[in-house]
Amino acid sequence: MFKFKHENLETNAGILLVATMLAISIGGLVEIAPLFMIDSTMEKVDGVRPYTPLEQRGRDIYIREGCYTCHSQMIRPFRDEQLRYGHYSLASESKYDHPFQWGSKRTGPDLARVGGKYSNEWHVQHLIKPTSVVPESVMPNYPWLLTTPLNYADIGDRMRALRITGVPYSANAEEYQRNVAQFGEAVAKTLHIPDAQKNLVAQAQEGNYDGDRTNVTEMDALVAYLQVLGTMVDFRQYKPEDLVKYR
Amino acid sequence: MANETPRTSVQTTGHVWDGDLQEYNNPLPAWWIYGFYITVAFAVIYWIIYPSWPFGKGFLPGVNSITYVNAEGKEESWHWNTRAKLLKETQDAAAIQKPYYDKIASLSYEQISKDPELSSFVLSAGKAIFSDNCAPCHQAGGQGKIGHFPNLTDDDWLYGGSFDKIHESILKGRRGYMPPFAEALEPAQIDALAHYVLSLSGQKAEPAKAAEGNKLFHSQTAACYYCHGDDAKGRPIIGSANLTDKVWLWADVPGARDDAARVAAVRQVIANGLNRGVMPAWEGRLKPEQIKLLTVYVHELGGGK
Ligand code: HEC
Ligand code: HEC
Ligand code: HEC
Repeated sequence: MFKFKHENLETNAGILLVATMLAISIGGLVEIAPLFMIDSTMEKVDGVRPYTPLEQRGRDIYIREGCYTCHSQMIRPFRDEQLRYGHYSLASESKYDHPFQWGSKRTGPDLARVGGKYSNEWHVQHLIKPTSVVPESVMPNYPWLLTTPLNYADIGDRMRALRITGVPYSANAEEYQRNVAQFGEAVAKTLHIPDAQKNLVAQAQEGNYDGDRTNVTEMDALVAYLQVLGTMVDFRQYKPEDLVKYR
Repeated sequence: MANETPRTSVQTTGHVWDGDLQEYNNPLPAWWIYGFYITVAFAVIYWIIYPSWPFGKGFLPGVNSITYVNAEGKEESWHWNTRAKLLKETQDAAAIQKPYYDKIASLSYEQISKDPELSSFVLSAGKAIFSDNCAPCHQAGGQGKIGHFPNLTDDDWLYGGSFDKIHESILKGRRGYMPPFAEALEPAQIDALAHYVLSLSGQKAEPAKAAEGNKLFHSQTAACYYCHGDDAKGRPIIGSANLTDKVWLWADVPGARDDAARVAAVRQVIANGLNRGVMPAWEGRLKPEQIKLLTVYVHELGGGK
């Protein structure tokens, strides 16, 4: 009968390889896989919706410019973080983020709830030249955002790609109706792929994020994105202990 | 000597390199083995105390629990987790600050600013809240930034410097609006108005142009008086600036090099209008007692009325 000895493992490269992989994958199997099964992973809260086309393009620019190399988007449940940044982040708040921007590198502050904290005008000024409003800032200047027209020709494709990952953008009348039921009509309209370009331009003009209504710049998109971060859930609706019980 | 294989009493792995190099096959030292067993035991104890193994649609919650006060004011326990711990810590810290915040909530603004113990609390707590939320715009000391954000340390207020008005500014936010006049008025008229506006605060201006500007200011054509008042001192209700003092927010008069640049700065404001003065509302983001505390803090920055 085969008797297991450590020597068998150590002297057989093939078996050692398989066993090592098994040992490592236990970490993932035990820590990640159950999250898909456990009921309470996703908090049941209202308000979380996919990004509008303009916000989604802003998010793409956020990633392109590498803002995540200095900013996290995940307020941990610690008192110092809560005092500075606001309510801790919920898992369900990033359910439509692909990929999520949680991160752990914080050269700058966490941005998970920066939406509504400042005016559009502040963001524009700050992105063009951070030291002009925060003299001690080490954040780089991004002046080209204001002068570069936003390329939104492919916004439909981008939304279709996200749809494959499970973001409920609607491609047809049936999916649109499903969104009306889930998010209400006003939001459902912004999630409809055939109208994406029209909606994007309309939001940029209405929001006037970069202070100039006549064109749609990358600044419009990025500021629209920053201004929605962390604003979707109205925490006044929930008692603190309700959220405690999801963990 | 060279050909002799070294003899050892311990077991070797059996390999021989270079004729004499061998590898011992010793068991692990006892301290290591027992250290390993201790970590295994530690893990088992940890599983029992803290949330650990997943099963089905849930997980083992662990026997450790945390007791906090729920929204109904009753004590409630839940298995240990970081959210429960945070809630508890927040409540403990609030209990320590409670005497102060209770006093702040119950006392009038004047009483708070006169109470020495409270005002030093306002100063330290207010400074922290101000740095995190207000300083990026109004700057660390509240001195503001010409062209963007008003100075909160002087006694010149757009919306009023009383406790109540400051409170309203912070709670509800503010948004100043002045229409652009580039299309409604001729360039010469805007020029005249700029000279008049400068003359109001004793800056150098051409008297003839200023006189014409004066007429325009109070006419139906430009109707500046409608928002800025007959005396041009501004109307706090809409935050229209006082044009008779030397404090400027949008027209960078103090920073201008010469008379021509001063006129140009004012002309630019009149021609393009103003829609940039957006002060966010803090209701909902900050707690009522924090806003009250900030009100006193801002009032005491130097310019409160
Ligand atoms: C080199 C690191 C670095 C990079 C890259 C960077 N930032 Fe920052 N950011 C900072 C620092 C430091 C601060 C804090 C000082 C300040 O406000 O400028 C900051 C502050 C901010 C704030 C204000 C946050 C608050 O609550 O006060 C925003 C918004 C922001 N950054 C957005 C961005 C965006 C968008 C990008 C990408 C276009 C970006 N940052 C890239 C370092 C960085
Ligand atoms: C996004 C930038 C921004 C932030 C952040 C901000 N403010 Fe303001 N604040 C402004 C602007 C701009 C105005 C002037 C509004 C206008 O022009 O109508 C203003 C006006 C005010 C006023 C009225 C001033 C007057 O002259 O009547 C007060 C008081 C004030 N802010 C206090 C605060 C406090 C306290 C905070 C922090 C909780 C804060 N502000 C955060 C931009 C900001
Ligand atoms: C609809 C009301 C309104 C009218 C009409 C109006 N203003 Fe204003 N004006 C404002 C407001 C409000 C502000 C301050 C805006 C802010 O702080 O956000 C302001 C600011 C200014 C400033 C900038 C002051 C500074 O501190 O830099 C000047 C100069 C000025 N107005 C001149 C004029 C002149 C000249 C006219 C007539 C042609 C005029 N305004 C008409 C509302 C008005």
